[in-house]
Amino acid sequence: MPLELSTREVYGQTLAKLGRERPDIVVLDADLSKSTYTSLFAHEFPLRFFDCGIAEQNMMGIAAGLAASGKTVFASTFAVFATARCFDQLRMSIAQPGLNVKVVGTHGGITVGEDGASHHAVEDLALACALPGFRVVVPADGVEVSQVVQVAAETPGPFYIRCSRPKTPVVCDDGYRFQLGKAAVMREGRDATIIATGIMVPLALAAAETLALEGIACRVLNMSTLKPLDEGAISRAAQETGAIVTAEEHLLQGGLGSAVAQAVAESHPVPMSFVALRDTYAKSGSPDELLRRHGLTAEDIAQTVRGVVGRKGRGR
Amino acid sequence: MSSFSASGGMTTTSASATETEAEASPNTKLPISALPEMARTLRRHIVTMIGAAGSGHPGGSLSAVEIVATLYFHTMRHDKANPHWPDRDRFIMSKGHGAPLLYATLAEAGYLSLSELSTLRRAGSRLQGHTDMTLTPGVEMSAGSLGQGLSFGLGVALAGRLDGRDYRVYVLTGDGECDEGQIWEAAMAAAHFKVDNLVAIVDHNELQIDGWVRNIMNLEPLADKWRAFGWYAMEVDGHDLGQIIAALERAKSVKGQPTAIIAHTIKGKGVSFMENNVEFHGRAPTQEEVARALAELG
Repeated sequence: MPLELSTREVYGQTLAKLGRERPDIVVLDADLSKSTYTSLFAHEFPLRFFDCGIAEQNMMGIAAGLAASGKTVFASTFAVFATARCFDQLRMSIAQPGLNVKVVGTHGGITVGEDGASHHAVEDLALACALPGFRVVVPADGVEVSQVVQVAAETPGPFYIRCSRPKTPVVCDDGYRFQLGKAAVMREGRDATIIATGIMVPLALAAAETLALEGIACRVLNMSTLKPLDEGAISRAAQETGAIVTAEEHLLQGGLGSAVAQAVAESHPVPMSFVALRDTYAKSGSPDELLRRHGLTAEDIAQTVRGVVGRKGRGR
Repeated sequence: MSSFSASGGMTTTSASATETEAEASPNTKLPISALPEMARTLRRHIVTMIGAAGSGHPGGSLSAVEIVATLYFHTMRHDKANPHWPDRDRFIMSKGHGAPLLYATLAEAGYLSLSELSTLRRAGSRLQGHTDMTLTPGVEMSAGSLGQGLSFGLGVALAGRLDGRDYRVYVLTGDGECDEGQIWEAAMAAAHFKVDNLVAIVDHNELQIDGWVRNIMNLEPLADKWRAFGWYAMEVDGHDLGQIIAALERAKSVKGQPTAIIAHTIKGKGVSFMENNVEFHGRAPTQEEVARALAELG
């Protein structure tokens, strides 16, 4: 069994650690602090923590006011509420003035599971990426999330960071160093590139393992930063491997696949295909069951790679 | 309606209030007797700017002139030479369409040149159609989508408390703006967090775009709503400088809870054909109308 960590839990631990070093950090939550693990910060720094109740719009406004007054603000709730519920507040109160607010949505994607469609965040990345000036990061695992939160705290301006509900396999090794706006090469290969984000990174690595046995050598990129996008890494992948598959736990529209396709179209068009949720909402079910139902497994990624590799050299 | 006179009762009810203003910035503080003239000047700027721009919202700027003039030229501690002074009192224009009033006030207070006012709404101008904190010195919040300023002001107030600063935060909202649920989320939270450095002023001019507030979305009893949310609430004639000054002074002595001031105002105040005329919520006067308005204002 590989080591598994919960990105939301590591987020909370990292926040509490940062709180000890950075008196300017203030944390807000909307009645979900035990689930987002901001309760760890609240426990240590009760004066710098404000539970705003079930009122996300107000929370984002308070965050903006605190940030305009010099605070580094982390505002957390479930990913679906942190984006869709208060999009106009993100837009006008935070994005337009470019304020120093870090919106951290836990419970991203459909691996929220049994709570069902109301709680599945499948548009959050599209919404966050649409906001000018926002940096959008989806850490791949518990190791990376700690560094992402640290970098966000040190980088002025708005962020959206997505964490997950379930524990997921750790794929970043001890020497891993997160760089904002840079993809990490998790595995080398010449036949195709799988560009994945979040919990799809371990699944992409598993797919690459399967494909290697078939003689298809895949490069795997962990595209944890969706914005600003590492267009250089994408262009190199297109030129050096000639085929690209993206994998994300999000709707196809407006997420990783769309962004990568835009970059590929502008740099070096090659055959592409996409593993993503296709214009639908998921229902209740266990995380693994939902990933299977919606074509988001390692085998789905592998099958998609086989298809795109078959299109190489046959004209585009 | 006699109490709506801009000069009525002004000098008698608030003379004692000036004694507490030692810290107010000398570069903008005016004697109370000069405030009516300042209000008249601001109204002239508003009409002229919006007329020149060819679009904008005169009604809701004109209704709040006495409120904003009192804050900047009597009540607030601020410094035009240091717009980011950490200890300044903050004015947050939540009703962002009142931007012309704020720009005119900031120009008269020395944050902007008076000549810049004619650039309102033009490409490349620092004076956007709705307030933009990244462009205009002295503007504390980017606003325009209604309902967001009270939350923002609450955040600023909480930061002041965390930092041990004694600045005060004044948020101006429209009455129609109080339709927005976020206003009431913020009202609940501000009382819950017991901030007493936050004052919400509702420019209660009774009109919103589609008509009379009582017909479009009734707010009454408005003061009682604020009280029910845990605020100390007062009602004033929003064109009576004495009443405004007295209410802002009393708010300083309210401890452990935020203060709401319901300011009863007249939309378009000061220009006869704009008063209580919803058409001028969001329409610029023609050049002929500008001339008539300026003639009336004197």
